[in-house]
Amino acid sequence: MNETNCAALRTDALGRAFGRTWALRACDLEIPAGSVVLLAGPNGAGKSTLLHLAAGLLTPTTGHAQVLGRTPGTRDARARTALVAQDKPLHPGLTVAEQLRAGRELNSRWDQNAALAVLRTADIPPGTRVGRLSPGLRTRVALATALGRRPDLLLLDEPLADLDPPARHQVLGLLMADNAERGTTIVFSSHILHEAEQICDQVVLLRQGRVRLAGPAQPLCTAHTAVTGRTDRAGHLPAALTALPVVESSITGRQFTALVRGPVPPEEPWLTRVPSLEELLLAHLHPTATTDSAAAPATGRDAA
Amino acid sequence: MIAFRIERSSGVATYLQLVHQVKQALLLGVLEPGDRLPTAKDVVAATAINPNTVLKAYRELEREGLVEPRPGLGTFVRRSLAREQLAPDSPLRAELTTWFTRARAAGLDRDDVVALSTALLDQHFPPTTENDA
Repeated sequence: MNETNCAALRTDALGRAFGRTWALRACDLEIPAGSVVLLAGPNGAGKSTLLHLAAGLLTPTTGHAQVLGRTPGTRDARARTALVAQDKPLHPGLTVAEQLRAGRELNSRWDQNAALAVLRTADIPPGTRVGRLSPGLRTRVALATALGRRPDLLLLDEPLADLDPPARHQVLGLLMADNAERGTTIVFSSHILHEAEQICDQVVLLRQGRVRLAGPAQPLCTAHTAVTGRTDRAGHLPAALTALPVVESSITGRQFTALVRGPVPPEEPWLTRVPSLEELLLAHLHPTATTDSAAAPATGRDAA
Repeated sequence: MIAFRIERSSGVATYLQLVHQVKQALLLGVLEPGDRLPTAKDVVAATAINPNTVLKAYRELEREGLVEPRPGLGTFVRRSLAREQLAPDSPLRAELTTWFTRARAAGLDRDDVVALSTALLDQHFPPTTENDA
């Protein structure tokens, strides 16, 4: 049972450079097994790099990663990890049925029913060649192939971007059911933050290749305060506010709104509330958000 | 068995929506003692929410003594909330209907009635704060 105590994904000072550009650096994470993790961040923040490092498809430039207590890319790790990359690398010449058969023959843990459950969310003729499918249907075949492998760690790089709303709902339902039934750890990158609120229990936010925010979703929200109040006479943020760790703020007329790390002084005449996860992520993703990484809340590991 | 609906923009925490819907089903007699609640897997497959949210809702219902988990079998309804006093033909309901009719005849609108009944409701049934989590 020691395995269940292992983090699903653990990184220590993980970094990856392409030429002289750092796609990811100084990444310290610990994702508990069984969590559903939203990996958020603007384009080019390092999300895909992190997922490919976890899948063992990239090697680290610095530091190292562990998936399920193993080094990514080793046989053991590969058998228990599945990645659905953005480009959905399937064999375009194979039919859907042949693609599944390849999955069955290459994986000892293969579960045909789990794969078929995904395909049943759409009318996909098994004889169609994968290369001729629409992007949405190809996504489903890629997810079917991934879930058929019965992974303990499922890495999804913007898995739902090609799906229409009913299909997204169905596919997300399947993923959540798999998490409920098998405790599969799911790490998915997405730009659709309001949807993630219902789904994820952990968040990792990357910006410019660095972890900006990481940890359990609800405690991260309660560790911040959304503030509304009146600006000072000059129309600026009140000094009492700027003295606090403000993540992001804006002024409209005489009103300011701000997202602050931690509590605010109760004596100030401001309206305060706990931000939603979407508000929290939007504030941290805002181009003017403070980028003081030293002030970022502790990662899951430091908090544990 | 019941099916849950999630109102994503309601502002009510998702697990509380589940709790309320089970209570409503108990009040209406849709769920009766001995009935099994849908499994977390079934709920999340239909609603696309995190399984922990369902478990949290079921734990809350268990804490209130309405349901009980039976290991390996599922979560079962322990007691009903449906009461004779709430049935369509109950005397209390008839009296309230009469009162609403008189309020309308006296010229009160919906907001007046809500304000008046909320004030008296709070006076006679002081609100508990535990549900605000």
